[in-house]
Amino acid sequence: MFKGTVAPSGQVKNHTSFSSPLNFYDNPPTFDVSIEEFETSALDRLRVLAEIESSAARNRSWEELKNVTNMQCKKYLPLSSSNKEDTSGDTELRRRDNLSHFVLRLAFCRSEDLRRRFVKAETTLFRVRYDNLIGREREAFLNSHDFDWIPVEEEEIKKFSEQLEAAYASTSDGKRKYVKWTRVPDLVERRKVFLNGGWAYVPGHDISSIIFQEFEDHLEKALEMTARFLPRLDEDTRLVPILSNLSQGFLAGISSEWANASGPTSGNEIKAEMVNDLAKKHFPLCMRALHENLQKDNHLKHFGRLQYGLFLKVLGLSIEEAVAFWRKSFSRITDDKFNKEYKYNIRHSYGLEGKRANYPAKSCIQLLAPGSSDCGCPYRNYSPENLQTALLSSYSPLGLRAADLPEIMATVKAGHYHVACTRVFEITHASSRVAKGQGIGDGESVTHPNQYAARSIELEKLKDGMVAD
Amino acid sequence: MSSNENSEKPSPEVMLTFYRRLYPFKSIYHWLNHEHAPTRLFTQREFAFTLVGDVYLRYNSFTTADELKKQVCQLNPTRFEIGPVYSARPRDKKTMRPGAFNPILRELVFDIDMTDYDSIRTCCSGADICKKCWGFIASAVQVLDSALRNEFGYQKLLWVYSGRRGIHLWISDKEAMELTDQQRKAMVGWLTVVQNRKEGSKSLNVRTGGKLPPSLQNALDFLRHSFVDLILHTQECFKSEEGYEELLKAIPDSLLVKTLRSKWESKPGRSSEDKWSDCFKSMSADKNLMTALEDIIIQYTYPRLDAEVSKHRNHLLKAPFCVHPSTGRVCVPLDLEMIEKFDPKSVPTVFQLLEELDAIRVTEDQNTELHSDWEKTSLKPYIDIMEKHAFDLMQEARKEKLKSDTSW
Repeated sequence: MFKGTVAPSGQVKNHTSFSSPLNFYDNPPTFDVSIEEFETSALDRLRVLAEIESSAARNRSWEELKNVTNMQCKKYLPLSSSNKEDTSGDTELRRRDNLSHFVLRLAFCRSEDLRRRFVKAETTLFRVRYDNLIGREREAFLNSHDFDWIPVEEEEIKKFSEQLEAAYASTSDGKRKYVKWTRVPDLVERRKVFLNGGWAYVPGHDISSIIFQEFEDHLEKALEMTARFLPRLDEDTRLVPILSNLSQGFLAGISSEWANASGPTSGNEIKAEMVNDLAKKHFPLCMRALHENLQKDNHLKHFGRLQYGLFLKVLGLSIEEAVAFWRKSFSRITDDKFNKEYKYNIRHSYGLEGKRANYPAKSCIQLLAPGSSDCGCPYRNYSPENLQTALLSSYSPLGLRAADLPEIMATVKAGHYHVACTRVFEITHASSRVAKGQGIGDGESVTHPNQYAARSIELEKLKDGMVAD
Repeated sequence: MSSNENSEKPSPEVMLTFYRRLYPFKSIYHWLNHEHAPTRLFTQREFAFTLVGDVYLRYNSFTTADELKKQVCQLNPTRFEIGPVYSARPRDKKTMRPGAFNPILRELVFDIDMTDYDSIRTCCSGADICKKCWGFIASAVQVLDSALRNEFGYQKLLWVYSGRRGIHLWISDKEAMELTDQQRKAMVGWLTVVQNRKEGSKSLNVRTGGKLPPSLQNALDFLRHSFVDLILHTQECFKSEEGYEELLKAIPDSLLVKTLRSKWESKPGRSSEDKWSDCFKSMSADKNLMTALEDIIIQYTYPRLDAEVSKHRNHLLKAPFCVHPSTGRVCVPLDLEMIEKFDPKSVPTVFQLLEELDAIRVTEDQNTELHSDWEKTSLKPYIDIMEKHAFDLMQEARKEKLKSDTSW
């Protein structure tokens, strides 16, 4: 199935034996794969990659990242069986690793943005795994792939001994290699290498730099190549939906922890990864709209950010989680830009900057005040057609039917926007035994988006509690 | 340089005559194209024009030098800039799918601008430049040139005076043209030593284990000399109180700073050189203080690059031989040997060149071929530099071609 789809240009060694736990992914899988394995192996890998991405958004240190990634890998993407004696299962695990990598290549080669993120996450995964290798394994891996470097001769070490000593504080590192400087840009940028005539003399302990760079470049090129061949795959109706699902999952940031949990586990603590799910189940239309715009455009305008940010704050998102959430959502901007232009505002709305006021979330009255149309109250701002479409697409999974629309639209037309919102709440929470006229409890109608969301979450907990009893 | 037009801005008529009769389009073409027959190095190259009234036209491209000349004479821009070679012709950009139009090749360029030295130069400020402050540029050029040749192994370097207060460098080696943005950024990192130039001098942080990396050690050996000439003699950087306070800030021994300060306060006429030797005498015994002195030398004289110019392939840079719109001076290429003694004020201006043209008319009174008019003006030596450089590049390209032909 992969033949002709992924064709990395003539590579050297054959990895099908999977002798090393580390894989440069030179050879695509050429064996038969069931559709199910195709999907599940990719999903498992995706969980690991999503965790790596969110680590970057949370600013985790390298050690923390390594621990988290290793834990995830153990769970979803092991490379060696836990039984040290019996290595027969290893080949199978590594075959699966190889397969999942190539499936995700297909899913993530589609756009520049996806490619960039995929390369970043995969390279990080590779680095973690390289870091895990013990000396002997590392040696074996280095020998298994042709890195096209030249060992530095004794003579040259003598010739440049003075410079080498100044650059590395020792000349005794025997495994020094040299490569074109362009292959170790990170070392060059930090002036951590000795250059002569365009060649970089890379000391033994920095050799990993060459390898990581090579991995990254190699993968980037392969993805571009895959993207060029991808249209041929479009005819395959079994695979295309799976692939687009996978890339969407990555965009929404599937996290393993949350995908399996059913609700906020401890009290009101809400994690960045949970927001997407909460939005689907519990948010009023105004916040749903903001959330969807944010997911779609990877951006929100200032007032949208303010409105949605304060809502999330009151919902229970801590400042750390808020920064992680927004960082992840604004996936198209650089870290630098984010820290400079957005982080301050987020911290400001949490009362950590500037006036240090604890700003409350906007109530319905404030949202109903005349303002721009991309935020505010959708019941008021949307045209009737748009409102109906938005309501159906947002709430039909929760039980809203087209037959309910005339009633809602009538109240909207009469200008009772909060009544319409309350009615939607009643309809969508019918399964929690909310009857018409009961509102969000004791006949109260919606006056605050947070009130809507909080009551919705509460009702779900009650329901779960009853089932458990 | 007799006329009082010197201080005026060149008029559109002056510019048009300059483009028609003097501008060396052929040399520019050879330099960019590396071959006689048009290649994508020229045909897929972006040219951007700045017209009168700051109208900016981007994504122009041309198939031949004559076509470029025709367009330039028609638009009569105040200046024009050269961008990267794209994956397709820039003029077809609008018909391309977004994402299919990317920069692929580009000369590696550097820009050193006098404004980055404003905090330390004492003779002029802002847009002004004189022979005295050219010393900063000259020593920066020496350091940069040798670093690029010896450490990075590049050969095809062309230095171009920017027309006012700085200098550009264009590197046309094949490997340099192919560098990615990431690699360019890495290179800028390697070559950027003096940080935070806007906020005045912060201490350098370039040593590992107290030692300078070899590249800086080489630079330092050269900079020691230019420091004495430039900072101590020509610029007298430590003469004023402001100047020597800046120096004292960089000395990590507070007791010593106090003694030096009281000594210098009592003798306000003390020259920079004497002050420097005061420092040297009291510090040379201590290894730590010696490294501080070395850091000061680097801080004052190491090249200060305009990093943004070099980092991205799609950054546009003014073409050589353009006329600087406010000085009228031509942006001429310079030989490395000329740079040290170069006087920015000696560069031919467009007014002077046109006068020279008029003079030819009078003496010869023959209508010689138009395109070789520059042969008889003071622009000739500079065009010769460009031609020679372009010739080298074409030789190289020919050799490269032969090699690949014989490999069959």
